[in-house]
Amino acid sequence: MKINKLFNSVNDVMSDVFDGAVIMLGGFGEAGSPVELIHGLIDTKCKDLTIIANNAGNGKIGLGALIGENQVKKVICSFARSPKSITFKELYENDKIELEVVPQGTLAERIRSAGAGIPGFYTQTSVGTPLAEGKEIKIFDGKEYVLEKSLKADFALIKAETSDRYGNLTYNKTARNFNPIMCMAANQTVVQVKRIEKEENTDPEKIITPGIFVNKVTVVSDPIIESIAIDNGETYP
Amino acid sequence: MNEFINIGWTKDEIAKKIANEFPHSSYVNLGIGMPELVSKFVDESKEIIYHSENGLLGMGPPANENELDYELINAGKKPVTILPGGSYCHHADSFSMIRGGHIDYCVLGAMEVSEGGDLANWTTGKGIPAVGGAMDLVVGAKNVFVMSQHTTKDGSPKFLKNCSLPLTGKSVVTRVYSNLAILDVTSDGFKLKEMYEKIDFDLLQKVTEAKIISN
Repeated sequence: MKINKLFNSVNDVMSDVFDGAVIMLGGFGEAGSPVELIHGLIDTKCKDLTIIANNAGNGKIGLGALIGENQVKKVICSFARSPKSITFKELYENDKIELEVVPQGTLAERIRSAGAGIPGFYTQTSVGTPLAEGKEIKIFDGKEYVLEKSLKADFALIKAETSDRYGNLTYNKTARNFNPIMCMAANQTVVQVKRIEKEENTDPEKIITPGIFVNKVTVVSDPIIESIAIDNGETYP
Repeated sequence: MNEFINIGWTKDEIAKKIANEFPHSSYVNLGIGMPELVSKFVDESKEIIYHSENGLLGMGPPANENELDYELINAGKKPVTILPGGSYCHHADSFSMIRGGHIDYCVLGAMEVSEGGDLANWTTGKGIPAVGGAMDLVVGAKNVFVMSQHTTKDGSPKFLKNCSLPLTGKSVVTRVYSNLAILDVTSDGFKLKEMYEKIDFDLLQKVTEAKIISN
């Protein structure tokens, strides 16, 4: 029997999601954001989700749409403010969504460490600021460090450039961002790719995410460009 | 009214002073907004490598209309270019460059700076709190330069004995570049390095809450 992580549709790869799940969404702004998978998540109607991402969505496309459908209980992110944010802003101002603000590097390291089996780490980032309040402080070589706990998820929704049947992934430019580390930190990693370059194998020197970190892959060959869709007034569903 | 906001060095002149400070082959992270001006004034005899924390080392100028690539963006989420010698990496590696002490200089804006080098620049305490990479940059970069107007729009001092706003980092600022002065943060407080030629020290001290050491 051959290993095959390639699935036919977004609906096929999103079938395991459940109410109350903790879900990581790759991407930094729109670059590397798995918009079609997020729309698949909206279609599941799952609710009370905790979302871990860098941002909190724009317009009513992708994460902005998911939040607008009231499926999200809490967002853990570094930068929730955006000129084009509608849905998060409205819910936040009405106390209808929780926000945990995490410094961007701490967010990345909390995710990376979860994937590496490290339950927590000490960092200088945020020492002396409101974001360190209530956390353990430890002194190393005369300097203060704050304890940060790693961040795991039930699912990671990922956008990559190519895959093969083993789930070996490559990325495009700065669309890489959080995607490779989120692949490592979730129980189930679901990926949309633009294309299958070679189904049998990817050049091992070009693989950024080895297939061990990937569970399900589907092709979305012409993904939505979020900013253009928003400028065109498009919304989902 | 604030009579001091429109005098002093222009933003371009401040940017040039900062650009002149970077040694050849420095790795530099420029914050979004006013600090982005700095790259325009780096002398051509030097090669400076720009880091953008979303995973781009060797960032080039903004992309032209005809070469926009929505998967090649900077930390401000604007389409940019990559220069020869540049590379992409994931977020944990990109922030290891910052947090691991590999970035030589970062330049950021400020709401307030204290004489002990505390910086407040991420939230006024109102609205949606959003921090991005600022807290990582201020503890990780070898030199943290603040680029800012000397006072707020209504004329209140920004360089204070103690910050009143929530901090971005404690004892992190190396030097402040304003329209009126360049101040080094030392263990004794702000020390004057350079002053706008057309004002005197008494006036500079008047618009600065913290005491400035003049020699």
